[in-house]
Amino acid sequence: MDLILVNIIDGLVTGLLLFMLSAGLTLIFSMMGVLNFAHASFYMLGAYFAYQISQGLGFWMGLLIAPLIVGVLGAGVERYGLRRVHQYGHVPELIFTFGLALLIEELVQFVWGKNQMPYFVPEALNFSAFAIAGNSIPAYKIFMIFISLAIFIGLLFILTRTRVGMIIQAALSYPRTVEALGHNVPLIFMGVFGVGTALAGVAGVIAGPVLGTFPGMAFVLGSIVFVTIVIGGLGSLWGALVASLLIGWITTFAKAYNIAMADILNGIGFATPENLDDNLFRDLWTVTSPQIADILPYILMVLILIFRPSGLFGKRHS
Amino acid sequence: MKSITKLGAVSALSLVIGASASFAETIKIAFIDPLSGPFASTGTNGLHQFQFAADYMVNEKGGVLDGDTFEVVGFDNQTSPKESLIQLQVAIDQGIRYIVQGNSSGVANALTEAIDKHNRRNPDSRVLFLNYAAVDPALTNDKCNFWHFRFDANADIKMDALTDVIVADENIKKVYIIGQDYSFGKAVSDAANKMLGEKRDDIEVVGDELHPIGKVKDFTPYARKVVSSGADAVITGNWGADMLGLGKAIIDNGFEGPIFTYYAAGSGMTAAFGETGKDRIRLISQGSINPIGSEEARETYNAFKEKYPEGNIDQSRIFNTIGMLATAIEEAGTADDVVAVASALEGMEYDSMWGGKLFMRPQDHQLIQDMHVGVHTNENVEFDYDNSGFGVVNESTIEMAGMDSATTCEMKRPE
Repeated sequence: MDLILVNIIDGLVTGLLLFMLSAGLTLIFSMMGVLNFAHASFYMLGAYFAYQISQGLGFWMGLLIAPLIVGVLGAGVERYGLRRVHQYGHVPELIFTFGLALLIEELVQFVWGKNQMPYFVPEALNFSAFAIAGNSIPAYKIFMIFISLAIFIGLLFILTRTRVGMIIQAALSYPRTVEALGHNVPLIFMGVFGVGTALAGVAGVIAGPVLGTFPGMAFVLGSIVFVTIVIGGLGSLWGALVASLLIGWITTFAKAYNIAMADILNGIGFATPENLDDNLFRDLWTVTSPQIADILPYILMVLILIFRPSGLFGKRHS
Repeated sequence: MKSITKLGAVSALSLVIGASASFAETIKIAFIDPLSGPFASTGTNGLHQFQFAADYMVNEKGGVLDGDTFEVVGFDNQTSPKESLIQLQVAIDQGIRYIVQGNSSGVANALTEAIDKHNRRNPDSRVLFLNYAAVDPALTNDKCNFWHFRFDANADIKMDALTDVIVADENIKKVYIIGQDYSFGKAVSDAANKMLGEKRDDIEVVGDELHPIGKVKDFTPYARKVVSSGADAVITGNWGADMLGLGKAIIDNGFEGPIFTYYAAGSGMTAAFGETGKDRIRLISQGSINPIGSEEARETYNAFKEKYPEGNIDQSRIFNTIGMLATAIEEAGTADDVVAVASALEGMEYDSMWGGKLFMRPQDHQLIQDMHVGVHTNENVEFDYDNSGFGVVNESTIEMAGMDSATTCEMKRPE
């Protein structure tokens, strides 16, 4: 019972981190209609920049400055890269971002090398906040929860309660009309792209010390971010949040409990075959939940696509 | 008639040898390991250590056999067995007689088979395989052959030493075993279960699991299971990002006991663990760095650091490999006849500058040496890793580990 509570907190941390990545991606996707394959690379850049800044100025300055640099870089990529490629259609855009992801990974390896970086949790947060039945919850995790929630509330407020948000939302659906009203739509796009990548940067800054800062960190998270926005529904902030939390909890619980497939199959009325060694379905019978934990989100995505193609909170596009 | 031919051949051969002795020659060594891709840092670091060892221990001291020098040539195999076989062929075509490799037992298995086949078919261009790091026990058991020599202790010998330390600690009653889901992770788990059971049957294995290799984003759920199992110690064979992620998660989430590992040092990992891993991470290794094995070793390490300020000597067995090869070539009196060199290596006893004796067991070509279990710390560290101030300090030494370990090797020697 105690462990359930601990897993709920762990899943919440994983989910909220995923949300910070997918929030930016889902905004960019719905706006420009292009999947930014390099999104996780901006996450990696956030971690590396923050590590570099923290060497001289400490963790907090890294948290402040690194996302800004990543955001400016992102805006630059939109202004001088994507906007030029845009006129040739979606496929060149896709290839552009794909190439960008590879380029960023090579650059990171070139500058910082291939090793793990010694990027640490700040001293002020390096203690155990509280413990549940011997399982300590690090203070840093509580900090991660608060910072992600703050970002979610901030984004929601800007998008739904302010004039800027209104113009952005309008530009997403009716760019021509908004432009005719005298707003600079390309500038809005650039701004949203910048903010989206900066959000990925924040995720990198705060995930780097716990998940490790190394050249493969973008690759590890790359595909799961797309799964999140597809499950949540493209362009929906609430969808991104719900899908992130769902994925966080599903994977955490699947890893935390050794549920064997044999038990489930027995439970729904199948008898375990006498001799498993020669059985055609041997692998199916012996698989356990931690082994498949990381593919469960993909299964969920396929199910969502079958039964609700627009995602949990998505509006169907014509 | 026959004896005249023989006489002619022998005199011709001696003429050639005599002529070549007056000119210093280069003895080439092919280093077939990853120099690009995800494991490039490990491979490149290894190549540096080999090239440095060859220059420092052999070439600068006048070489072997009247001035012949060693040259280590890098061949990039991208950690792929298939690519390794191509590179092996390239190396043989270039007239190279000595192959060194170590990263991935999968590659080592492919190479040892290919070399055995090649040597049987081409007695004129035989090569030796000096394996400096691939620890799959099968290589010196069922798959052993005359051409393969292993300079690292195999996974069983290492686990034997680790479990000796574990069973000596009365406080450890419950052990959690966790590793990557592939052949090496399984070998570690099997060895740990078997040896703990044999040595102290009151030790309970409270967890034994494998996780997908290189795919786990967050190890927290695994760490929760370790903590709630009530384990007093953890054993893992993890390496790379999986080692760091697992180690950090276990420590951050409230596990108090020691973590026994194979590969938790060097290549950025020691720096990345830093203070978190202090007095928690235990590591099995050969050769003593802290305290340093000898004055000679200290000079060697300092000279290496001067040439590669960002590098570390994290594989002291590379220096043993070069040292023993040079000795064997001197003893054989030739570098071209690899059968003679291999025969000189078999049963060789060698004093390592890293401390202790080395013995190349003739039955299976497994090097027997002292094993050290050290702790990750920043106290009494003369030589750190990654310039981090943190390094590994010896806590216990098992002399000539695995001296009497069983082998199923049935070696066929050439006529």
